[in-house]
Amino acid sequence: MNEPIRENDLIFGPRIPKELWKKEKGRFLLPSIIMVLAAFILFISIFFPYWKLTLFAPQYPDGLQASMYVNRLTGDIQEIDGLNHYIGMKPMGEAAVLERTLSIFMIVGLVLLIAGTIFVHSPFALFLCIPAILYPLFFLGDLYFWMRTFGMNLDSRAALSNAIQPFVPPLLGEGKIAQFLTVASWEIGLYMSIAASILIIIGLYYHRKAYKPLIVGSAPNS
Amino acid sequence: MFIRRVMGFSSLVVLLIAGLFIVSCQNNSANGDKKTGSNNETSSVEQNGNMAAGAEQIAKDRNLSPKDVEAALKTYTPSGIYDDYLMFSSGGHSGQVFVIGVPSMRLLKVIAAFTPEPWQGFGYGSEESAKLLKDGDMKSGTKLRWADTHHPALTETNGEYDGQYLFINDKANARVALIDLRDFETKQIIKTPNIISDHGSTFVTPNSEYVIQSSQYATPLPFQEYATMDEYQEKFRGVMALHKFDREKGRIVAEGSFQMELPPYWQDLCDAGKKVSEGWIFCNSINTELATGGIEQGLPPFEAGVSQRDMDYMHVIDLKKAAEVAKQPGKTKEISGVKVISLETSISEGLLYFIPEPKSPHGVDVAPGGEYLVVAGKLDTHATIYSFDKIQKAIKDKNFEGNDVYGVPILTYNDVVAAQLEIGLGPLHTQFDNEGNAYTSVFIESTLAKWKLGPPYNEGEEAWTLTEKIPVQYNIGHTVCAEGDTTSPDGKYCVALNKWSIDRFTAVGPLLPQNFQLIDVSGEKMQLLYDMPIGIGEPHYVQMIKADKLNPWFVYPEVGFNPGTMSVDPDAAKSGGEKIVRSDGKVEVWMTAIRSHFNPEHITVNQGDEVILHITNVERARDATHGFAIEGYNINLSLEPGEANTVKFIADQPGVFPFYCSEFCSALHLEMMGYLLVEPDNT
Repeated sequence: MNEPIRENDLIFGPRIPKELWKKEKGRFLLPSIIMVLAAFILFISIFFPYWKLTLFAPQYPDGLQASMYVNRLTGDIQEIDGLNHYIGMKPMGEAAVLERTLSIFMIVGLVLLIAGTIFVHSPFALFLCIPAILYPLFFLGDLYFWMRTFGMNLDSRAALSNAIQPFVPPLLGEGKIAQFLTVASWEIGLYMSIAASILIIIGLYYHRKAYKPLIVGSAPNS
Repeated sequence: MFIRRVMGFSSLVVLLIAGLFIVSCQNNSANGDKKTGSNNETSSVEQNGNMAAGAEQIAKDRNLSPKDVEAALKTYTPSGIYDDYLMFSSGGHSGQVFVIGVPSMRLLKVIAAFTPEPWQGFGYGSEESAKLLKDGDMKSGTKLRWADTHHPALTETNGEYDGQYLFINDKANARVALIDLRDFETKQIIKTPNIISDHGSTFVTPNSEYVIQSSQYATPLPFQEYATMDEYQEKFRGVMALHKFDREKGRIVAEGSFQMELPPYWQDLCDAGKKVSEGWIFCNSINTELATGGIEQGLPPFEAGVSQRDMDYMHVIDLKKAAEVAKQPGKTKEISGVKVISLETSISEGLLYFIPEPKSPHGVDVAPGGEYLVVAGKLDTHATIYSFDKIQKAIKDKNFEGNDVYGVPILTYNDVVAAQLEIGLGPLHTQFDNEGNAYTSVFIESTLAKWKLGPPYNEGEEAWTLTEKIPVQYNIGHTVCAEGDTTSPDGKYCVALNKWSIDRFTAVGPLLPQNFQLIDVSGEKMQLLYDMPIGIGEPHYVQMIKADKLNPWFVYPEVGFNPGTMSVDPDAAKSGGEKIVRSDGKVEVWMTAIRSHFNPEHITVNQGDEVILHITNVERARDATHGFAIEGYNINLSLEPGEANTVKFIADQPGVFPFYCSEFCSALHLEMMGYLLVEPDNT
């Protein structure tokens, strides 16, 4: 009934035949809805903290906190920097400057790529999604890189440089630095980005389920 | 095919990782909760388990009666738990204000008001405090560096404490200081022109429009003029100073402030009318005899001369009308730069009336609803209660029993008195509670007397009856009850502010502390709970405010904040902007302080240079205060988190002078120092 669709129309993949669209709207809408939802969650994650470090010590009964957003640091940064200067650690504001500057553009880019799967019906959709799927891992990897860079490169002229061995603060869970108990926790923004990754994978599954049968010779029921 | 495989693999990885995250996160929060929870649980269980037996044994060992144990339980305030009330106590000779928690009776702070105080950097080099203290000096230039603070007055809104500002007077030199309760620091000191001593101060009107200050020991008016004691009646005068308070500016302002000339009767304590009597002021006086002393000439000494007559005069001042008159041209004369309403004008305009009051009265206290004025006479056993309604009627009907020697109309005593109540020997001051009770301090017999006000507080037989007295140790002056001089007193606690402690505390030499005694007034019977020694000066009046009405800052709101202007100082040193600028004969330094260093640390100047240091504490942590002391130069500043301050001095001593942080700020506090190098002038 239809013109054969070429398997090698790889980039955009098959278009949906009008009759089929009328008959099975849900089948084609579902992956798009999931993808839009994932893109939306990923986008609004920029308004929420991704990672939080809480420091406890006797003289800070309420603790000290640093919350990390994709583009900024909030909380008791000055106080923590002030304490860090004793061990010769650089101010936190000097870390990941490039990442923080580009982060919003980067995430908007990821969002556009995800949205691209609405139009790209071929398996190539996966390539559009891989950056977003791996994004949480990239975030944590980058965080680890900076923690390591800062923790391992302490200024040897600092007041307490002899008392503290270079260290890498944990990405998650408890650590101990001098009299400080540090608790690193993952925050809502990071969970949102992970949720977006999962949604994308689910979306991709339904994406394939919707579009694969349109490819000639691959759908048993067409 | 490849794509499919990649898809399958990556989804597996992401799912696995996500699962891990969630699990590890849950563990984490669960651990955290358990930690805090379990700590509290174990300790409280342990305590509860041993409570009864252990406490009994302690009481036995320490020889404590059940009443003692009860008192201890009513006052003990565990670590980290805050007090329900704060007392602002006059600091007497210290010239300061004490802040004390109730019921713990812990001294929380001594606020520097009039006297240099090194911890707060008040008067030891900071420009801000130097200016304040200078404003309080004699116009002749004589420096005043002590004060006799007597009566604190918290600002009020609708007759209730609002917790914004506090005024305090200096009886010794007739001054008023204003403290901002955001940072608990003095912001203004006023040396009141035309008077040199004041006792009836400070009191505020129900919305703090005016701060009331009446002179005590009469002097010639204007003050600068000389007169002999023979000219007492003719040339000596009392003065009622009304300071206009501008709440927006947070300052007493000249615009709208005025004074009223009064007879030289030694005006004593005052109170502002409230509710029905709002707009009126009531002041006692004690020397209507116009006694001039002269014991050395065989004349009656003041103590006898001033106590000759059976009656003195309560001054009743129509403040609302007086403020109007003060605005009218030609109705005032300017003396020492202040508008003064003359006695003649006060009489002709109907601003001032007298009411006879029993001999040597001390306190005049207005009941919560403003209907009654309670006057207690030191040498009379009664409290005399006047009705504001009756006073108004007498004024309207011109029901005068005569005029005094200056022509001030005297209201007919019998027609304005509501009641007289026998209290005891030497009643002084009265406070109120929320159940229609009054509490009067009784000096000579050392008791606090509780009695019932008349209608509408108490009706029938109950009205105007003495219900209970509790002995206090010893010689009670003022008393304070929780918000006990406002339109809505709280009851609960009163404190006997005793002048003598005699045998109450371990001996500390012949100068003894005063004794603040906390009394629980919430029960059927009054119960003495706690004795607090005051070893810094003799306090007089105290006000007790609900602690949650105060909203002080933890740190200054912004870095570079000048407490003098309560705004960011454009001249404040900033992090990264530290510098030393030299010009001819002048070295100006912008310095920051942070744990644990000053920047710069080396300051080299020439002998004779004017040195100006702008120092900012750039800390944001609560309690991270730094000091700045230069050894040998009598300089010490207190730089609270965010505070910027300036110190100016002439480097007149050559040599090398360490400067250091005088607050123990951190583990490397001792290292927080630097050197001021003053090169000798060899020319």
